[in-house]
Amino acid sequence: MASLVGSRVERKEDKRFLTGKGRYTSDINIANQTYAIFIRSPHARAKIKKVDTSKALKSSGVVDILTGEHIAQDKIGGLIAGWAIRSEDGSEMKCPANPPLAKDSVNFVGDPVAVVFAETLDEARAAAELVKVDYKVLKAVSNLGEAMNSEAIHDGIDKNMCYDWLLGDRQKVKEAFDKADKIIKLDIVNNRLIPNAMEPRACVIDYNTASEEITCYTTSQNPHLSRLIMSAFGGVAPENKLRVVAPDVGGGFGSKINLYNEEIVCSWASKKIERPIKWVAERTESFLTDTHGRDHITHAELAVTNDGKFLGFKNETIANLGAYARVFGTVTPTYLFGPCATGVYIMPAAYSNVKAVYTNTAPVDAYRGAGRPEATYTIERIVDKAAMELGIDPIEIRMKNFPTEFPFKQTLVHQIDSGDYVAGLNKAKEMADYDGFAARKKESESKGKLRGIGVTSYFEACGIAPSPVVMMLGCGVGLWESAEVRFNPTGQVTVYTGSHSHGQSHQTTFAQIAADELGVPIENIDVVHGDTDKGTFGMGTYGSRSLTVGGIAIVNACKKIVNKGKKIAAKMLEASPDEVDFKNGEFIVAKSNKKKTIGEVAFASYLPGVRDEVKSPLPEGEEPGLIESSFFDPANFSFPAGSHICEVEIDPETGHVKLDKYTAVDDFGTIVNPLIVEGQVHGGLAQGIGQALYENAQYDDSGQLITASYMDYTMPRADDLPEFNLGFTCTKATTNPLGVKGCGEAGTIAATPTVMNAVINALGGKEISLPATAEKVWKACKELKKSNAKAA
Amino acid sequence: MKTFNYHSAKDVKEASKLASSNSAFLAGGMTTIPSMKLGLASYKDIIDIKRIKKLSGIKVSGKTVTIGATTKHSEVAKSKEVKKAIPSLAALAEGIGDPQVRNRGTIGGSIANNDPAADYPSACIALNATIHTNNRKIDADKFFRGMFETSLKSSEIIEAIEFNIPQKSSYQKLPNPASRYAIVGVYVAKHKTGINVGVTGAKSCVYNDKDLAGALSSNFSSSAIDSVKVSESGMNSDIHASAEYRASMVKAFAKKAVEAC
Ligand SMILES: Cc1cc2nc3c(=O)[nH]c(=O)nc-3n(C[C@H](O)[C@H](O)[C@H](O)COP(=O)(O)OP(=O)(O)OC[C@H]3O[C@@H](n4cnc5c(N)ncnc54)[C@H](O)[C@@H]3O)c2cc1C
Repeated sequence: MASLVGSRVERKEDKRFLTGKGRYTSDINIANQTYAIFIRSPHARAKIKKVDTSKALKSSGVVDILTGEHIAQDKIGGLIAGWAIRSEDGSEMKCPANPPLAKDSVNFVGDPVAVVFAETLDEARAAAELVKVDYKVLKAVSNLGEAMNSEAIHDGIDKNMCYDWLLGDRQKVKEAFDKADKIIKLDIVNNRLIPNAMEPRACVIDYNTASEEITCYTTSQNPHLSRLIMSAFGGVAPENKLRVVAPDVGGGFGSKINLYNEEIVCSWASKKIERPIKWVAERTESFLTDTHGRDHITHAELAVTNDGKFLGFKNETIANLGAYARVFGTVTPTYLFGPCATGVYIMPAAYSNVKAVYTNTAPVDAYRGAGRPEATYTIERIVDKAAMELGIDPIEIRMKNFPTEFPFKQTLVHQIDSGDYVAGLNKAKEMADYDGFAARKKESESKGKLRGIGVTSYFEACGIAPSPVVMMLGCGVGLWESAEVRFNPTGQVTVYTGSHSHGQSHQTTFAQIAADELGVPIENIDVVHGDTDKGTFGMGTYGSRSLTVGGIAIVNACKKIVNKGKKIAAKMLEASPDEVDFKNGEFIVAKSNKKKTIGEVAFASYLPGVRDEVKSPLPEGEEPGLIESSFFDPANFSFPAGSHICEVEIDPETGHVKLDKYTAVDDFGTIVNPLIVEGQVHGGLAQGIGQALYENAQYDDSGQLITASYMDYTMPRADDLPEFNLGFTCTKATTNPLGVKGCGEAGTIAATPTVMNAVINALGGKEISLPATAEKVWKACKELKKSNAKAA
Repeated sequence: MKTFNYHSAKDVKEASKLASSNSAFLAGGMTTIPSMKLGLASYKDIIDIKRIKKLSGIKVSGKTVTIGATTKHSEVAKSKEVKKAIPSLAALAEGIGDPQVRNRGTIGGSIANNDPAADYPSACIALNATIHTNNRKIDADKFFRGMFETSLKSSEIIEAIEFNIPQKSSYQKLPNPASRYAIVGVYVAKHKTGINVGVTGAKSCVYNDKDLAGALSSNFSSSAIDSVKVSESGMNSDIHASAEYRASMVKAFAKKAVEAC
């Protein structure tokens, strides 16, 4: 049987997703369900004086209305930050309470205050309009740059600062900078983004009054973690009375890592009103209350020699947490950001200083790439600026500073096990026809257009795991992953994983690796995920960790199956276990050339009576059945890397940026399914390009989100994007048996700086802020024309 | 969404009779339904006019193209007759919103709504259109009165829009990157009787840019536009485009339109 790892197996998911047969949370209906509508703050910052539900309670069809008072009375806990980050001075981070329903104050537009449950959705909506909330409106803190000098939003949180964190060595950096020929300086605003999963958040709660068990169907990237938080911190129910199911989920991009107010409130309320509850977000609620991404203000400096060697790097960043610190809110701008800010380079000295602040805006958390796009944007923009100021080709300056020996100890945290950055950049250079750029630029110029080329080399730390490491860095849980592999007596296999697929195609990829390990046809393998009642436990999917952590747990569980199978086969084949080889689904004894298929062995394991010539196939002391589980905790993160090159053509009359060519060369180690990986890269690129050219979440001074619909928030569309030219290099990861590295976020991480480097290159080095909208580019073109005219 | 009475009118007379100051006609519903869902509008009566056969269809004579009010954008975009008589009009329809919107939205709904960023109003201005209603004919330059405002009375129904076939014409649009409505749309049309430059998106209401038209009537070339000053005053300014940018884009897209004529 040929190996399936590496082949373009068509997705098992396709039939259901492409024919509209997926089963999402909002497709689930429970008999006798009520409908929930949340009453949300229309103000960015206010004290709640009074919530009057009397009129609404009398409205037709209303079952109950609950408020922050009720939550407090029942001692239901709030939402939490998953990572404890310490400030440079050793003090602990400061986090405000974040009750599921606000009782005393609201802190962003959309902060929920009360909830109506009614017999129909229309009745719930009508009643919600009758709930009167009396607010004392306060001045909102909506501007990130001014947050530290504004009035404190939360009691006891001075300067609105959660922490003032440092990674690296200020003294060493000072020494490096003293030796430099030149210091390159760059100021960046990393624009705020709204994840925009295709499926809005939703939950359906089914409370069983007899067993007292709550089943919560929800749009989550990590149902087990949601259950843990809801039970341990929310106090909604003990874990054994709480089942969390995340069925098909239509995209998350990090925004569905968090357990949200609505799930806690509805789970708690379902028990209170003894009725099932259904809540589905409207798109406006998604814009207002899904966690947002990015939103940094950064000042960075790079110390260089005249011949382009990097001596040191520093970055001072203010990161927006929004109104509250959520699960990955505090780690995204620190350990997921700081270490990667020195990029793929040998950087003798570096530090990252990050001040995370609260503002009256939606909470900011992990969004595809989480910290690493911000880091890569910073370093790759400043490296390009250095190249320009030193008059060195952007590829040459990168090559000059690449490490060539692996493992490579990166400046701030990571020990990178494998990579070949030179090979990646060379391949990208060739595929992009970098040398032909000058001719293409001339041709564009002859049509009155500007053309620019942009290069990015990135690495990222993903496959977020090693529990000892992440817990040392402040993570509240271990980030291992678990799997269970079950052989049925009749030979099919069910793989249970703690990872969760919300677009990643695990049912295919994971089946491929199990098929290879077990020698069972892929059709006979099913992958089950997303249900705390099915499978052991799991930490979920984010940080490109599913294959490198969850996938390896499957491999290890399969290996345990094969080991047990060998012992059984040995008995069946009258040999000793070490005489039995396993290949292509068969246990073979070489000396006698006798064999048993793994299916026969599985069957025998469940029917351990007298069979064939053997009394019992089970060796002494061996238990019946063929089911194994494994928890995998890798030795390190995984470190994908690559180089991307793109070309843009700009119409100076309108400022329109046409993305003309995009080449991405990535090293994801072993690739299990190129078809799926290419899809992941395409989607990632689209989101990175979105940040560079289109997407921008904006709040006005009063804290109103002014880009709260698709009329104003620009998503990239298919016709904005060129045909992507993808290539791969491969250095295997040494920290897992498959040699795989994460691939889910790379496109997003690399695309934003690649596009911006190209735009700025076209503008002759003129800095321009994210996103490069037509008007900004048009203005830059005008100024460029003026300064060119002056020079001439 | 608040409750309302739904009526499906069998003819124009019935539709008109049902109408009041608290009703809306339902054509494509692409504006009416979202605004009702978002709570921005509510009506007592919704009068569906899609079943009225007479209101839909395309007729081309020697000098004019007449399009029934409930003709969908996609039908105009695909129409062989329109493509032949006024190719720029078919191209305009093809550039509205997205396929879902084009498959439901209608020309009558679009001009009755008179969104300052809608495309069709610029065509009406540039192509000297006549708006036929159930009781009169209105010239385009008297029809569009202001932001979301027309000279229609509440019980008045647009039956058809009659466009003059120009010698040459082109519509060029800078789409809002998010919504794809026009940030600026410029419709240049050269008729025997003169030149019109219909501009949408730029101001609170579509208008005929007399300065640009004047410059083009003495010299129909994009270079003629270079010397025209387009003022920022009265231009819209929002998160997508400043008044300064819009003013400049009126010129830039007028040039593109002339070049494409
Ligand atoms: C996502 C999206 C994108 C869009 N993008 C664009 C774009 O790029 N360019 C553009 O120009 N438009 C755009 N539109 C608007 C669209 O083109 C529709 O044409 C417009 O919404 C109105 O047409 P309708 O047939 O849907 O009217 P309806 O919503 O049914 O009605 C709108 C109004 O017109 C009145 N009305 C309808 N028909 C008549 C009639 N025959 N006589 C009198 N009054 C009438 C109704 O009473 C109502 O007040 C977009 C819409 C959406 C939802």
